[in-house]
Amino acid sequence: MDLTKRAEPERDVLVSARGLEVHFPIRGSGFRRRPIGAVRAVDGVDLDVYRGETLGLVGESGCGKSTLGNALLRLVPPTGGRVTFDGIDVTALDRRRLRELRRRAGMVFQDPFASLDPRRTVAQTVSEPLEVHGLAGDRRERAARVGELLELVGLDPAVAGRYPHEFSGGQRQRVGIARALAGEPDFLVCDEAIASLDVSVQAQVLNLLRRLQRQLGLTLLFVSHDLSAVRHISDRIAVMYLGRIVEVGPAAAVAGDPQMPYTRALLSAVPVPHPELERSRQRVVLGGDVPSPAAVPSGCRFRTRCPDVFEPCPDVDPALQPVGSAPGHLAACHLHGVVGTPVAAEADGAADRPPRAATGSAAR
Amino acid sequence: MTGQPYPEPAASPTATEAGREPSLRPARPRWRETLGLLARNPTAAGAATVLVLVALVAVFDQQLAPEGPNEISVEDRLQPPSTEHWFGTDDLGRDVLSRIILGASVSLRVGFTAVGIALVVGTLIGLLAGYYGKWVDDVLMRFMDVIFAFPAVLLAIAVLAVRGPGPTNTAIAIAVVYVPIFARVTRASVLGVREEVYVRASRSVGASDLRLLTRHILPNAAPPIIVQTSISLAFAVLAEAALSFLGLGTQPPNPSWGLMLAEGRGYIELAWWIAFFPGMAIFLVVLCFNLLGDGLRDVLDPRQRTAMGGGR
Repeated sequence: MDLTKRAEPERDVLVSARGLEVHFPIRGSGFRRRPIGAVRAVDGVDLDVYRGETLGLVGESGCGKSTLGNALLRLVPPTGGRVTFDGIDVTALDRRRLRELRRRAGMVFQDPFASLDPRRTVAQTVSEPLEVHGLAGDRRERAARVGELLELVGLDPAVAGRYPHEFSGGQRQRVGIARALAGEPDFLVCDEAIASLDVSVQAQVLNLLRRLQRQLGLTLLFVSHDLSAVRHISDRIAVMYLGRIVEVGPAAAVAGDPQMPYTRALLSAVPVPHPELERSRQRVVLGGDVPSPAAVPSGCRFRTRCPDVFEPCPDVDPALQPVGSAPGHLAACHLHGVVGTPVAAEADGAADRPPRAATGSAAR
Repeated sequence: MTGQPYPEPAASPTATEAGREPSLRPARPRWRETLGLLARNPTAAGAATVLVLVALVAVFDQQLAPEGPNEISVEDRLQPPSTEHWFGTDDLGRDVLSRIILGASVSLRVGFTAVGIALVVGTLIGLLAGYYGKWVDDVLMRFMDVIFAFPAVLLAIAVLAVRGPGPTNTAIAIAVVYVPIFARVTRASVLGVREEVYVRASRSVGASDLRLLTRHILPNAAPPIIVQTSISLAFAVLAEAALSFLGLGTQPPNPSWGLMLAEGRGYIELAWWIAFFPGMAIFLVVLCFNLLGDGLRDVLDPRQRTAMGGGR
């Protein structure tokens, strides 16, 4: 899949994935626990994140979006493909360079009640990157820097000596953001960063992230299943389904003029905060469940639930192709012309069988 | 989907101690909180008090003992407890109270040394096995299983048979028995903590394995290890007594509670006090360590802490 062909002005790419795969082995119950299959959490992702933009990554639970975010930072080791960060191959870094990557790329985690060490004060948590990377000389300088960081995320520096359990969810998440920012990173992955917060607090944290992104010139990958939030914050949106990016493009284009049936279904599920409009809202309801990522359907992986499925879908694995009117709007769907890899060429036997049978045969 | 604008957040609501110089030090150290909770548990607090008293007695034994431990007095032998000899005298006329006081330091020193060694070695092994997993775990824990497979006293006797008797060797022998227990407790605790999001978060900002282990994993895995330490101290005192009783630990004429018990055994019908009082001393210390361990378990349990108003 070659994304360089698309009709779009050249932009400065900060993070880029090519054919990225993260497969988790499923081990047998025998003594040697040999691998008998794999959960393909991320399965051939091509994605560019442009410098200074906010890219929203959406998809339903279990589609691999968190794993993708983790794999971009090598917090989960990729099993295939390449990730480059500012031109550097992330998959082949030595210890020292990996640490530098950890400084330049931060992560904000989903659950602020779990992501802060309960036995360390806010100051100790926030100053950890400073200590690890030797960024602020002595104890005094570190304390001052911690104060700045807390102020930056809207907390009173005087709370530095307190423990996480003394804070609310939103305040904890601010601490988590301060920690992620301490190394002055270029890139921030927000992994469902607002999902476990109260709705009113979600808005605050979302706006904080947007403010920080502008103020510090950050590049943001905003992983979420909350479409309204993603639309609010993102410049571009990428839609993920079963380990693959199925549609990507400018936020307005993807949200306003979706070109892939899955994206359409996803968008139609968002409630409208207006009683009359809500009543007349047309929903695209998908039948069935998401197939197991351990037994991905052949060809287009969405074909088992797609309302518009037709002949080429089981036989050709669709590639991302330019769609719609906006430049840079890509979708992997045969409705826009059959482009992709024929299934026979994949030589993947298990993929053709129904999910259950595939796991069963693999166990033998 | 509607691009409904979110309101900008109001100023942060956490300004309560404004104007204070930011500091990296905690406002209130965690260990003081723990101590405070322990003080509210009367059983554990009582046990701790008794243990502190016993420790003080052991430290100031020379000043406290009314007589020397090995002062033989033939006229005074086998005297029952009296105002002159509170705990009576033994078959050689030695003052039992003095020997118990002087034996306290021997018993406790061996106990603390043994548990100290076992704690350090066992925790290290458990940390490595639990954190690195895979073959490191297999090799270390199988080795621990081998030690664990021997009956405890038999193993200690074997170590003493090889190294010869004496307080240091007794401590080493008891330590060998307890290393696998600490390794297992630590490993189990580390396996849980290792998967915590805050460990992943620290890794995401570039923390090294050493830093993760010492700053995040060990402190959070510590509570069961602390409880195990307290309970092991009880068993170590008991083990020292058992080994001395068998003639492999402390050697006569030095006083040790276990040895006194062994020596008094022959006179139990004639002079019960020779064996009874050292036995009571062992009983008291072992009981107190156990009660303290139970109290610590309650206090250090994070769920308990929430229930008592301390947060997660």
